[in-house]
Amino acid sequence: MQQPKTPQPPRWADRLLQWYCRPELLEDLQGDLYECFQRNLRAKGLRKARFIYVIDVVKFIRPYTTRSPVKYSSMNHPNLIRHYLKSGLRGLAKSKLFTGINVLGMAISMSVGLLLIAYLSELHSFDRFHDNFSSIYRVISSHTTDRGIQDYASTSPLAGQRIADGTPGIEELVTIQRSFNKDVGHEDKILPLRGLWASVNFFDLFSFNLIAGNTASALEAPYSLVLSQSAAEKLFQRTEVVGEAVVIEDEVYTITAVVEDPPTNSHLDFEMLGALSTLEQKMSVEQQAAWQSWTNIWDSHIYLRLDRNASPRTIQTSLDRISNRENQQDETNKIQLKLQALSEVVISQNLSNHVGYHVDKAFLWFLGVLALVVMLSACFNHTNLSIARALRRSREVGVRKVVGASRGQVFTQFLVEAVIMALLALGFSFLLFLWIRPHFLNLEPSFFARISLHPTLSTYLYFVTLAISIGLISGFLPALFFSKISPAKVIKDISKLRLFKQVSLRKVLITFQYVLSICFMVAISLVYHQYRYFLSYDLGFNTENILNIELQGNDYQLLKREFEQLSDVTDISASKLVPSVGDTYSTSAKLPGALDSTFVHYNVIDEQYIELHEHELIAGENFSPLSSERPEESAVITNEKTLAFFELGSPTEAIGKELIISGQRMQIVGVVKDFHNSTLRDPIRRFVFRRDPEQLQVINLKLATADLGITMDRLEAIWSKVDPVHPFQASFFDESIQHAYNEYTAMIKIIGFLAILAITIASFGLLGMVVFTTETRFKEISIRKIMGATERGLVMLLSRGFLSLLLVAAVIGLPLTYFLFDQLVFAEIAARAPIGPFELLPGVLAVISIALLAISSQTIRVAKANPVDALRDE
Amino acid sequence: MKGTNLGEFEELVLLTIAALTDGAYSVAICDELEKHAERKVRLGVVHAVLNRLETKGYLSSQLGAPTSERGGRRKRFYELTTAGKAALIKSKQIRDGLWRIIPAFVFKGMI
Repeated sequence: MQQPKTPQPPRWADRLLQWYCRPELLEDLQGDLYECFQRNLRAKGLRKARFIYVIDVVKFIRPYTTRSPVKYSSMNHPNLIRHYLKSGLRGLAKSKLFTGINVLGMAISMSVGLLLIAYLSELHSFDRFHDNFSSIYRVISSHTTDRGIQDYASTSPLAGQRIADGTPGIEELVTIQRSFNKDVGHEDKILPLRGLWASVNFFDLFSFNLIAGNTASALEAPYSLVLSQSAAEKLFQRTEVVGEAVVIEDEVYTITAVVEDPPTNSHLDFEMLGALSTLEQKMSVEQQAAWQSWTNIWDSHIYLRLDRNASPRTIQTSLDRISNRENQQDETNKIQLKLQALSEVVISQNLSNHVGYHVDKAFLWFLGVLALVVMLSACFNHTNLSIARALRRSREVGVRKVVGASRGQVFTQFLVEAVIMALLALGFSFLLFLWIRPHFLNLEPSFFARISLHPTLSTYLYFVTLAISIGLISGFLPALFFSKISPAKVIKDISKLRLFKQVSLRKVLITFQYVLSICFMVAISLVYHQYRYFLSYDLGFNTENILNIELQGNDYQLLKREFEQLSDVTDISASKLVPSVGDTYSTSAKLPGALDSTFVHYNVIDEQYIELHEHELIAGENFSPLSSERPEESAVITNEKTLAFFELGSPTEAIGKELIISGQRMQIVGVVKDFHNSTLRDPIRRFVFRRDPEQLQVINLKLATADLGITMDRLEAIWSKVDPVHPFQASFFDESIQHAYNEYTAMIKIIGFLAILAITIASFGLLGMVVFTTETRFKEISIRKIMGATERGLVMLLSRGFLSLLLVAAVIGLPLTYFLFDQLVFAEIAARAPIGPFELLPGVLAVISIALLAISSQTIRVAKANPVDALRDE
Repeated sequence: MKGTNLGEFEELVLLTIAALTDGAYSVAICDELEKHAERKVRLGVVHAVLNRLETKGYLSSQLGAPTSERGGRRKRFYELTTAGKAALIKSKQIRDGLWRIIPAFVFKGMI
C-alpha cells in the first residue's frame, strides 16, 4: 500500500495513535496527520516533519478521541479463560511426546528450584520466634591488622561494658560466651553437654520458654545452671529438677531453671546455659584484665535489643565513637564495632568465630545460580519444542484469527498452555523433591544440622509462584511467535511460513543447553582429578595403617601402657594434632637478638612420633627422652623452610643454633625434610616440632593386623576400661585425610546431580527437536530414498546439523570451564593436579555420545522407513 | 452540551464548510479558515469543533475515496444539515438586526 521509499512518520507514534484512538475516528485522524506530515516534509524537512507528527499525535489525546478502557476487560472474559484451559489440556493430551518431554524436563529442573526455595525460606524463618525480632541486633567486630581486614561475629566483653555504660536507646544487652561444652555429672551418671555461658538477662532478650524457674534470677548467681528439657530428661529422667546439684569439672553447679529445647530454627543451640558470673568469679585478676581487654575479641558475643524509638544508625554512631576511643591505645590492632541485625545472623558473609548455625552467602549464591541455569535450560526446551511444532499448530492459530481472535487472545492462549504444563510439572517435581530431600541433606550432614526442609504454607505458595513464572518464561517466545502469524498466509499455503528466524533462535537455545551439560561434566572431571591427586599425593611422611585416637583428657602414659599389650599394635606415639587435615597451630618465632618476630606452625610430639610417621631426618637427631632433671622444653626440630627463612645455612650447619619460640630460647636438634602440615591447598610453610607432654591430645597407633574388626573391638575394650565416660573416638589417618577434602566430594555430588539434570533435559530437548525435524522432512527423505539415496547417507544428512551444534557447544564449554576452574576455583591451591586433554575429553565424549544416541534413534528410524508410507497419502 | 448557541469559532467553521461546498474535509477547512481569518488555525482544534458540531446535529459527514496523499486513507467530507443552515441564518439575522439599529455616525469614516 505504501511505497517503501517515501519517508514515513515515526512508527511508534502511529502505533500510539492506533492504540488510544477510537476505531471510528482513527482513519480520519491518521489521514489528516499524514497529509500534514507530507506537507511539512516538503516545507520543513524530514526531521521537523516527524517531530511535528509526534507532537500532533500527543495533542490529539483528548477525551473524545480516546477509546474507553472498559472495552479491554471484556477481551479476556472468564469464559475465554475456561476455553483456554480446555483447549490447552486437550492440546497437551493430543501430543503426548511433546507433553512428556516438556513436563519431565521441567519437573526435574524444578525440583532443584523447590529444594532451594525450601532451604531459603527455612533460613528466612530463623530466629523469628523471638519477640521484637526486628529490634534485636548483634555487635560484630571488624579487625584490621597488617594482614588485612577480617570480620568476627564475636567481640570484646569490654565493648559490651562500654555500650551498656554510655549508650542511650538500648533496652537489653546480653553477653554470650562459647566454650562451655562440658561433662555434666549427677550421682554416677556423666553426660557430655553442649552449652553456652550467658549473662543475667538472657531470657529477657531472647524468647526461650522456661518450663521451671524464674527468668530474672536463673542466670544471676555464680554456679547457676539452666538445663534444656531434653538434657534434664537424659540426666534425671524428669524435668522438675530446679534446686538439684550437678558436678562439672569437680565444681558444684545448682540448677536454677529448665528451658524448652531451642527450636530448630534458632541459630543459638544449647543443651545448657551457665551463668556468666561463674566465669568472672573463677578468673584471677590478671586473667580478668586480659579477658576484659579491648583486643580480646575472640570468644564473647554481644546481643542488643534496641529501644522502640532508637534507630540503628544512631546506635552505630555511638559504636563508632566507642571504637575510635579504644583504638587510640593500640597502633597495630584496629577494631571497629558494627551492628548486625538478627535477620542477617544466619546468612552471613565472610564472618569468622560464629556462634550457632550459619550459612555463607556465597554458598547460597552458588546454589542459586546453578539452580537458575538448570531451570532456564528446561524453559528453553519448552520454547524450542513449541516453535518446532509451529507447522502443526499455525493452522489452528490461523483459523482462530479468521474467526476473530485478537493477537492478545492468541498470546494469552499460549501462555495459559505453558502455565498449565508448568503446574503439571510442579506435581511431579514435588514428588521428586520429597525423594531427593534426604539425599540432599545427607550430602554434608553437619552442614544441614538444623535444617529439615519441611515446607510451610508460604513455601507452598512460593512453589506455585515458581511454577507459574517458569510457565510464563518458557511460554513467552512461542506465544509471541504464534500471535504474530498472519492467518491469510498459513491458510493459503503453509509451506510459506517463515521459520527461518526461529530456527536460528532454536539453535542458540540447544547449543546453550549443551554448553551447560559439557561445563558440568568438565567441572566434575576437574574436581575429581584434583581430589584423586590430593589423596595420592606424597605428603612427605607415611600415613598408612596409622590409627589416631583422641585422648579426651586421659593420661597418655596410662593408655600407652594399656595399648602396648596388644600384639596388633606395632608402635605408639602421640601428638598435639593430626597434621595434613587442615588444623594448624602457630606461634611466634625469632632469632635470638632480633626485634621482629614472625610466625611458625608447630606440632607437639613425643620421641616416637618421627620414627612412626617415617619423617626423613636430614640432619641432627630425634628428640631424646625427657629426663626428669630437664623437664622444661628446650629443643626443637625444624623443617627446611624454617632454616631458609632464618638463613641458618645448610641443615648440618643449623644443628645447635638457637631460635626463640613463644618467647623461650630453644636449640635446633634436628631438621626434617619439608612436608605438608596443612592441607595440600596451602603451600609448605615454616614449621617446628616441639615437645611438651602436657599438650599431647592425640595418640597414634601403628597397626599390623589381619582382622581389623577384632583389633578395633580390642582397642575399644581397653579404652572403655580406662575412660568409661567418653566414647572411643578413633579414625585412620588416611580416612582423616580423605575427610579433609570432603568439600570436593560434596562438590562432585552436587555438580554431578546437576550434570545429570542438565544432560537429561538437553537430551530430551534434542530428542524432541530431532523428532519434529525428521517428521517434517519425512516426504523429502522418502523421495530421496526412491531416487537412490543410501540409508547411511540419509542418516548423515539428518544428523549433520545437530552434530555441528554439539561441536560448537564443546568448543565453547570446554575452555570456558577449564579457565573458570584454573583462574577462580582452583587458583589458590598449592598442589594442583596436572590436567590435560585425556582427563577432560571423556566427560565431553560422554555428553556427545548420549546426544548421538538421541539423534540416531530417530534418524535411523526415518531412514529405514518404507518411502511408500509417506507418499501414498497424496 | 452548551445548548444550541453557536460559538464564534464554530460559526466560522460552519461558514467555511458552506463556502467549500464539495471539498469540505478537515485539512481543507483548516487551510480555508487560515486564509480568510488570517490567523493560525490548529488542526486539532478544528477536529474537535467538527466533532462537536456533528454531535449537535449541525453537520453530517461521509467518507470519500482513499487517496495517496493521505497514505491510502479516506477523507471525511462534511456537509451542513438543515439545522446547521438554520443556525447560521439565525445568527446572521441577529447580527443584521443589530447592525441596522447602529446610528451611521458610529462607524463614520471606517467603512
